[in-house]
Amino acid sequence: MKIGVFICHCGENISRTVDCPKVAEVCRNFPGVEYSTNYKYMCSDPGQKLIKDAVLENKLDAIVVGSCSPHMHERTFRNAAISAGINPFLVEIANLREQCSWVHDDVEEATQKAIELVRMALEKVKRDKPLTKIKVNVTKRILVIGGGIAGIQAALDVANAGYEVILVEKEPSIGGHMSQLSETFPTLDCSQCILTPRMVEVYQHPKIKLFTYSEVVKVEGFIGNFKATIKKKARHIIDDRCSGCGLCMENCPIKKKAYNSFEENLAFRPAIYTPFPQAVPNIPVIDETICTHYKNGKCGMCVKVCDREAIDFDQEDTMFVADIGAIIVATGFKLYNIEKKSSGSIYKGYGEYGYGKYRDVIDGLQFERIASASGPTSGEIKRPSDGKVPKKIVFIQCVGSRDESKGISYCSKICCMYTAKHAMLYKHKVHDGEAYVFYMDIRAGGKMYEEFVRRAIEEDNVKYIRGRVSRIYEEKGKYIVKGEDTIAGMPVVVDADMVVLASAMIPHDNAPLLARTIGIPYDKYGFYNEAHPKLRPVESTTSGVFLAGACQSPRDIPDTVSMASAAASKAIILFSSDQLEREPVVAKVNEDICQGCFYCKKVCPFGAIEVKDIKDINGIVFKEVAYINQGVCKGCGTCTATCLSKSIELAGFNNEEIFAQIAAL
Amino acid sequence: MDKEKWEPKIAAFVCNWCTYTGADLAGTSRIKYPSNTKLIRVMCSGSVDPVFILKAFERGADGVLVSGCHPNDCHYNAGNFHARRRWDFFHKLLDFIGIEKERLQFSWISASEGKKFADVISKITKDIKSLGPFKAYKQMNSEFTVNFPEYNESSNSINKELQ
Repeated sequence: MKIGVFICHCGENISRTVDCPKVAEVCRNFPGVEYSTNYKYMCSDPGQKLIKDAVLENKLDAIVVGSCSPHMHERTFRNAAISAGINPFLVEIANLREQCSWVHDDVEEATQKAIELVRMALEKVKRDKPLTKIKVNVTKRILVIGGGIAGIQAALDVANAGYEVILVEKEPSIGGHMSQLSETFPTLDCSQCILTPRMVEVYQHPKIKLFTYSEVVKVEGFIGNFKATIKKKARHIIDDRCSGCGLCMENCPIKKKAYNSFEENLAFRPAIYTPFPQAVPNIPVIDETICTHYKNGKCGMCVKVCDREAIDFDQEDTMFVADIGAIIVATGFKLYNIEKKSSGSIYKGYGEYGYGKYRDVIDGLQFERIASASGPTSGEIKRPSDGKVPKKIVFIQCVGSRDESKGISYCSKICCMYTAKHAMLYKHKVHDGEAYVFYMDIRAGGKMYEEFVRRAIEEDNVKYIRGRVSRIYEEKGKYIVKGEDTIAGMPVVVDADMVVLASAMIPHDNAPLLARTIGIPYDKYGFYNEAHPKLRPVESTTSGVFLAGACQSPRDIPDTVSMASAAASKAIILFSSDQLEREPVVAKVNEDICQGCFYCKKVCPFGAIEVKDIKDINGIVFKEVAYINQGVCKGCGTCTATCLSKSIELAGFNNEEIFAQIAAL
Repeated sequence: MDKEKWEPKIAAFVCNWCTYTGADLAGTSRIKYPSNTKLIRVMCSGSVDPVFILKAFERGADGVLVSGCHPNDCHYNAGNFHARRRWDFFHKLLDFIGIEKERLQFSWISASEGKKFADVISKITKDIKSLGPFKAYKQMNSEFTVNFPEYNESSNSINKELQ
């Protein structure tokens, strides 16, 4: 085998601490090296031409490039190899910049290390096998998980590009948290007014198939070829018969047994219900846990009033399997549970604020419902306990956020803004009221955001106090808020009628479960990880799975919408070609020596390993071996290390190649 | 061997996605660390076979570092969990047969932890320096030749070429 060695100076980045001509000179004498040279910029056009000419002139079979990290220019040099007629996988990069010249000062030491790095690459390239990229087909249909604003936007974008969309929402209606909001900052637009047209558009779109009250229970496959199993929970209503007249809800005798979670437990709902009047689809759901029929078989009031015979008590959960090519995860967030103090949770709760004990100490979403025209108080600001208008209201920011002792170190990003909005809405509705805001810092980055907060302070006269609140307790019908003004340097006591806590945004409890179902990584809180924090923010590390909205980290509506559109465009890019090419780094089984222990099958994170029967001439199975589905395998190599008989090899990283590198250390 | 002049040889098996990228970041940030450690890139820490580690010792490494993504951060979802179990057991085994625990170190270094990478490399270099050359394994190795025919063949050919 004839190998060419090409050492790059990278301007002065490498040559400043590595003696490149010397490295090239020493490497020329290594066995197998036919040609060795150094050049100022190997990645430049003349540099690549130099490689190509050298390959053709010396009839080289493989090349080693001593340059920057393979993550930077591996593709460049592989392409140069292709143009010279060499298989691109017979190119190895010795990382002389990021892992040598930039991290060492001593020229002699760095040069020695560079020589060793090139030698390791040389030994590997000698054992490299030519590989070809794997081609796979693409199913041009997308699964969007979550029907909040992120899911809605993503679904509409992909559907408008002409591809089929399956939108799955676990609640009975799409809309998510945005549909609960009263008004949105910084324009004070009515949230429902801008959202409901989009919800209807989703429902009526010919390319979108909507599964509400449904969950994704299983995902198999890989980019372009996923198979998702969706569980449609029993509504006990026959969808296409229901006209959404609402007679059943009006006549349901169970009125006060369950809180309405859409109203953040500030109101009750009947046993047969839609979460809110504008629900899409406008089809109710029967709550089996409180419905009299499921207790004793009686009642049946809803059946009597439904003239379309849409109620079916015996309906069962149904499963659907769908072939899809990509997934957008848009599962959103929930609020930090302020009262909870369970020992196992990383969230410690705020027992000292009396949330859950005092009915007038509420969280941000509850205030949204109170301020909303469609809410339990029809938009009048009233205390949940006695319905009185609070004359003095305290808002506390960063309840949970930026408080490591309570379990969260991150900033929830939206609380500064929505607290300013809440205070403003309160002042607009209760003119003689006083509003106090306890804050740590005001973080109002965004178009018109800072101006909005200034407006709350200057025009609406909201009193901002920098400091934390240590305790809230009840005294003579008032809530005594004890805090500190860190600017004035003195303690503050406010006797408030109502307290609103701006609690942190956290992922849903079952976010990790869904992540494991799909096969995407998540952080310690349960937020899904992006592939790269700067340059690939909407892709998960699993190819073909994209992220949108607050399931990745806390964000506001404009950010969520732009992220959803970005994720949609990533999916559309994927769908724009019929076939995909992927790296050939996959594992392969040597069937002759496989013993069929199938430990590899147990450890494979992607379920790529199947059992294959080996038959004799009479068609009788005499041996079972492992078979690796090349389409599903991602090439982690966990199976290779687990294999007892060493019969699995990872292309491009097989044991022989690794041992050669070890030997050349 | 003069202990002042002796420089340890350390092999590091690092995963492509986190630690290798973290090492690149250390470079981009120009954080300096000793040059004794050479990286061998694997796709996932889950693919690091204990035999790799033994082989590195056999081929004259005085210390071995294995590093991958943090738990739950694996590019392949679960590879590092398998790696962790395997290492834990293998580490105890090495300890049992009398190899100093510091010879083999594990760490989680993410793609954004360039500083941590430099710190880990500095630490292992210091640890190995204080332990001195790894003679015990070489002695043992000459006494009991480990026989992996297909591997020995390839490494023998490398030996010859290197000589």
